[in-house]
Parts: sequence; structure tokens; C-alpha cells
Amino acid sequence: MRKWFKKTKIEYPTFWNSYKSYFDKENLNIPLKDVTFVVLDTETTGFNYTHDRMLCIGAVKLRGNLIDVGSSFELYIDQTAFNPDSVEIHGIMKNTQFEKVSETKALREFLAYLKDSVIVAHHTYFDVTMINRALERNGLPYLLNQTLDTGHLFKKTKAINRLLQNDRGYSLDDVCKELNIPIKDRHTAAGDAMLTAQAFLKILARLKFKPASSLKSLIRK
Amino acid sequence: MKNTIADRVYDFLKKYPPFDIIKKEDLITIAENVTIAYLEKGKVLFKNDDNKHGYFYIVKEGGVVLKKNELPDAEIIDICDEGDVFGLRPLITNDSYMMTAIAEEEALVYGIAIDVFKPILEKEQHVGLFLIESFTSKTKTPFTNKYTNDLYHDNDAISVGEKDLQELQIIKYTGNPFCIDKDDLVIKAATRMSENRVGSLIVIDEHKLPIGIITDKDFRHKIVTGVFNNRVPVREIMSFPVETFKKNLTITEAQLAMVKNKTGHLVITEDGTDQTKAIGILTEHDVVISQGNSASGLMKAIKRSRSSKELRKIRQQITHLLKGYIFQNIPVTIITQIIHELNEAITIRVIEIALDRMPEKPPVQFSWLSLGSHGRKEQLLVTDQDNALVFEDVPNDKYDDVKKYFIILATKVNILLNKVGYEFCPADMMARNPKWCQSLSEWKSQFSHWIHHVDNEDILFSSIFFDFNRTYGSKELVRELSESIFSATKYNPLFFTLMGRSALQNPSPLGFFRQFLVEQDGEHKDMFDIKARALMPMIDAARILILSHKIKSVNNTAERYEKLAELEPSNKEFYTSCSYAVKALIKFRTKHGLMQHSNGRYIILKELTKEERLKLKRCFKTISELQELIKLRFKVAQFL
Repeated sequence: MRKWFKKTKIEYPTFWNSYKSYFDKENLNIPLKDVTFVVLDTETTGFNYTHDRMLCIGAVKLRGNLIDVGSSFELYIDQTAFNPDSVEIHGIMKNTQFEKVSETKALREFLAYLKDSVIVAHHTYFDVTMINRALERNGLPYLLNQTLDTGHLFKKTKAINRLLQNDRGYSLDDVCKELNIPIKDRHTAAGDAMLTAQAFLKILARLKFKPASSLKSLIRK
Repeated sequence: MKNTIADRVYDFLKKYPPFDIIKKEDLITIAENVTIAYLEKGKVLFKNDDNKHGYFYIVKEGGVVLKKNELPDAEIIDICDEGDVFGLRPLITNDSYMMTAIAEEEALVYGIAIDVFKPILEKEQHVGLFLIESFTSKTKTPFTNKYTNDLYHDNDAISVGEKDLQELQIIKYTGNPFCIDKDDLVIKAATRMSENRVGSLIVIDEHKLPIGIITDKDFRHKIVTGVFNNRVPVREIMSFPVETFKKNLTITEAQLAMVKNKTGHLVITEDGTDQTKAIGILTEHDVVISQGNSASGLMKAIKRSRSSKELRKIRQQITHLLKGYIFQNIPVTIITQIIHELNEAITIRVIEIALDRMPEKPPVQFSWLSLGSHGRKEQLLVTDQDNALVFEDVPNDKYDDVKKYFIILATKVNILLNKVGYEFCPADMMARNPKWCQSLSEWKSQFSHWIHHVDNEDILFSSIFFDFNRTYGSKELVRELSESIFSATKYNPLFFTLMGRSALQNPSPLGFFRQFLVEQDGEHKDMFDIKARALMPMIDAARILILSHKIKSVNNTAERYEKLAELEPSNKEFYTSCSYAVKALIKFRTKHGLMQHSNGRYIILKELTKEERLKLKRCFKTISELQELIKLRFKVAQFL
């Protein structure tokens, strides 16, 4: 009986352990200029967390208001569970000319890239859940990172008023339009990540966050 | 490995210079190493004296203003918008920044990694030249050589060796050749040749068909040496048989024929055989002229010409020659000198022809004065005539006759010049106008009036007369006239103030946002008036400055600035940059005039490359500083 309650120590692969080790000294009080954000977007076969799969992860790193093109991340994943309905949105065919990797390898590379960065995405819950489900399938725990949602933050820039009917969800297209970001490569993971990164920077400026503001103040927003 | 973001950066960069001329694989490497910076409005990217960044920047979106320092009222150096590069100092020199870059509005800039870019730069000189152009357009002194050497240690002059296929063009022969009957005496031939200033005569038989040719060479070899005396008929000494050709020879064919037949003269006949009449003669000299690459050849042709029609042809060849010079990047100083000498020679020749056609010789001494751009020795393209005539003082009873004579002469000259291709001056500022054809004392009092009783219109009107240059006639008259002008200006600060004010009245080249200001309506709507907005302010300023130093005989604007640099050592650098800017603007105008077959005054901005725009903008910076100087020095502010 006691044995049943005792935590079974599961052995995780090395890449997970090294990912996890970054969170030992997590500090939410560091100024924003020293925070590395990973702005990401995933393309999936559909919107069902159980049946659908990630086809691509695209991300850029952002630190101190700078986006480093050299540190962008773009991986195409070989998926057997393929839902033909989503092809039209994303334009990723099962047999594209790009090099594709297995889901396990993609996760391994992504975690090595991600480290303890703060995840930024548009409607983060969807992307993070998709990644978490994939981790789960591979016998791994969920992501440990702090997350920020540009959809949520964008709404904070607006005076929400019932008369203006602006208490609603904003798509990445809406956000880009309102923030004057020219839309390019919409519906490719890396392209959307890039748009999200630009939107994120513009939103921070509108919310009057300074490079010295703490990460905590942004997460609590 | 696919990299969508780097691809997008690449797509953007490849649209703008200098990236548009970088090889694809190199540009992709550059794109992969770009850092994107987001700048909210008012954000400082780098400050004056900041240590250099590892990047230089190109604006992706929004606008970045470059200022001397970060104070709100600091002088604006430039405003960069999409596609403009800035922050080049780390690439070119090793010092810290000398200006401050602030986001004028929300902006996204791409930082191009210098360690990635530099190796590529070393391969591609054109890229470097563009960047230097861009860099210096934002720095104070427009002397690029220093920086070019920093970039390329072995900087050989880049030669532009492009030549169109001139060799296949049809050569122009001299029509209506001078002929002589085979039985005429040699002495008659010699007289006819020297009278007509030609080097050869075609010898014809009784049917007027060409049978030989007699040239200077025949005289040298056969008469002067004593082989024949000058009383023999020409057939004795002529060269024969004659080589005859059809018209429409190409330059190459003509050259080949000359080499093959060891002759310098080809006779052109109606059908190309010696059984038809000679219709023209083609000499080595014509070949040289057709190639248009010989200023001395054109000079000779001018001196030998006898009609406005011939001069018109020569004038067109001068334009051809000019084109060659401009596109071969020959220094503007040299080009203006050569072209001025040729223009001057044409005018002199026209005056000589007109004098020949007058029933009698001039009753008194006179001088022909060229005004405006010709007077300043900077006329490259054919423009309007601006000229005047001054004649010696005569007793009152003779005055009317003398004046009438010179007005008739001037009218002839003006008409001939017009036929050669110099349009009449729309303001009638020409010697045929009785107002501008006066005796020396009348001119003196005219200038004295302009100087002492100035009202604004007078100034505008008279300013070009201060750029007069003697083209033909008495030196003494002109010397006396200029001396009297300089002594009159000596104690007259009001004259300089008003002249300064008129120099500042030219429309400005750039608007508040540093955009080019274009014409609002009329024939030249949306074109940029380089003459009024850029050249005139510099010309006017040079004139007033040089007059204030009482320097005569320096008329050329660029030379005036060089002289000023010499006279005011404290402003040496500035005046040298003025001189440079004038030359650059003149070249610019000429180049565009040649391309548009116009006088180059109105420039279609869309046709400019980014590089050219930068070059122009750089000149404008000098102009605004120059106007500032005029404003202060001549106390113009109180009159503005």
C-alpha cells in the first residue's frame, strides 16, 4: 500500500534533464532587457488536441528588443497522423521538399533551443498545448516555461468598451493590421512567429514597458 | 534547411542598393545574420560618441532621423525611410559614432553584421562605392577619397571603357568639294586652297569628272622641293588615279580605304565610280571628327567653317564629345574647360563670319561679352544666348551711326548663333537689344545705377551681367569696365545685402521631410528643377562672395569657390566642398540633359537611382550651409 503512494522516480532522457536544469534558478524579477523570449508558432494538421499533430515549429529569439535572424528556428515534422483538411490553410503537404524530422527529434531540438526562455505566441494556449501533447506522447512532462500571449497583451492596449464592441478575440491578422505590420508569410510557422515577434515588441512599447521593467510585471499584466 | 525568415529578409534587402548588386549566395549569408531591431518612437539607436556597433543599419519600416546629437533642437543630418542605410561609420572607419540615430516614428531596422558584410564588400567594389557615397552624404566633408582608401587599400581608378559601336556609323563627308580644272596652274590651286582654308582640291577634267587630287603634300613634295615650278598645270603634280567611293561609307570602311590606298583623301562621287561627278571629299580629318573624340579636331573644324550650318554640325559633335567625356568620368573641371573653349571658338567664328558679311569694318573698337553660364565658363549643354556688346566712346554726332552699326552686327551674330543652336534669350538679354549694346561710358553708368540705386528687380536682372566674360574684341574696354564696377561696389554694403537677399530667393531643393521639392504645375510638373533649386543658389552665392572680395576675372563658379578657399583659410574646407558640389551638380545636369536630349534643367526623379539621389542630397546640404553664411555675412536677415 505504501509502495503505491511512493513516487516512482521516472528516468527521463538526458535532453529533458538538461532542459529542466535551466529552471533551477528561475528569477521573475530580472529586467526585460535581459530576458530571452522565444516567439513561436506551430502549424498543425487541425485544431483537435487529441487527434491533430504538429507539422512545423517556427520560432525566433528576441532579447533586448532585438530579433536575431540567425537564431531563428524552423523544423518540419514528419507526421503519420495526417489530416488532409488542414492542408489548405497551411500549405504544408505531407511530402514537401523540405527536410523533415521525427516528432521526437523535433522536440529534442526544440527544447535545446528553448531552454528557460519565456514563450511568446499568439493564443499561446493552443501552441503550448500542442507541444505538451506531443511531449506527453513521447513520455515527457509538460513545458516548464513562463508564457505570454500576444492576443491577451494586445487587448490590454485597448480601452475595452462595450459600445466599441472590442471585448473580443483578436486574430494575428487583426493585430498586425492594427499595429501596422505588413503581413507576409502568414500561415507558415516561422512567418507567423516573425509577425508575432513584431507585434509583441509593438505591444510592449504601447504598454509602456521599459527595458528595465521586471519580467514579473509583464507576466502579471 | 529552409529558413523562411532569412528568405524574407533576403527578399527585402535585394530591393535596395547596395544589396541589389550583391550576389545571391552572399546576400543570403548576409540575410541569415541580420539582427532586427524594433524602435519605438523617440528611441535612440546610437548616440554621438557611442562606441561602434557590430552592425550598420537599413530601415525596414518607419523612419529614423539622424541628428548631430540627441538634444531636441539638434541639427538634422538626414531622415532615413524604408530602404535607406545608415550608421555606416563602423564599417568605414574605426571611430565612435559622430551622430545620433533616433526613431522618428515607430521603426523596424535591420542590423547588417559587419563581420559578415566586410568580406563581401572587399569582393564587390561597387557596393563599397555606394556605401561611401551614402556615408559621406551624411558627413560634413564630401571628400570621399580618404574613405575609399580605408575600404580598398589598392584603389585603382575604375575605368569605364564602354563605347558604343561608333565605328559602324555613317561618316559625314564634306559636300560641295572645291575642284580645279586639270589645266589650271598650280599657283591658282594654291591660292584657291589658302583662300578657302582647305588642304586639298579635286582635279577635274573637261567633263567635270574627277581625275585626281591635289593636296598640301603634293605642294610640299613637288613644288617647294623644286621638282616643278608653280607655273605648271595641276595635272602635272596631282595624285592619281583618284580613289572614288559611294556616299554612306561607315567610319571603319573609310579608315580601311585610306589605309589600303595609302591616301588621306577619298573622293565621293554620285555613284561611287570615277565616271560621275564628285559630290564630296572625305579626309582623315573627317574621320577624326566623326569619331567625335578629338577636341583639337573640332577646334580646327570651327576655325575653318564658313557657315552657321557647318557650325551647327560641329556644335552637335561637341555634344557627342561631351557625352563621351561625361560617361568616361573625366573630371568636370577639364570637361568644362574644353567645352568652354569650343563654345567660345564657335562664338568667335560666328562673330568673324558676321563681320565678313558687314558692308564695312567696325567704325571703332568693341568687345563682345558673354554673360550667364557661358560667361562663367560652365556652359556644357546648349542653352540660351546671353550676351552684350560694348563699344568705344564716340563723339555725340557720330554716336547714332556707330550704335546702328553695332546693332546690325549684333543682330547678325544673334541670328547666326541661333542657327548654330543657341536659342534666343527669352528675356532678350542679347547684344541686339539696344539696352545691351552700349558705349563704354553708358555701360559704366548702367552698372553704377545697378549698384547705387538698387531695387530688388534690378538685382535679379543685373546679376548675370556680373558674370561677363570677353569673347571677342578689345581687352582694354573690358578691363576699364570691370575696374569701374569694382570701384563702385567698394563702399556699398546695401548692394551686397540686397544681392545676398536675391541669392537667397531661389526655391529650396528639399522640403521639410527632406523630400525633393518638385514643380507643382506647368509643363514640368513633378520634375525637379535642378537649375533653379540647386545650381542657381550656388552660382549666386559664389558671385556675391567673390564680388565682396573684389576679385575680378574669376568667373567660373567652381573656380570662384576655389579662390574663396584660398582667400578665407578658415573656411577652406567648406568652400572646397562648395566647389565640389557645383561640379557635381553641373555634371548631374549635363548627364541628364544628354540622356533626355534637353538642357538638363528638369530632372525626372523617378529615373534617378538611389545613389544619384544621395549624391544630390549631399550637394543640397552644402547649399543650405552656404545660404546660412550669406545670410549672416551680408546681414540679409533684417530684409527677409
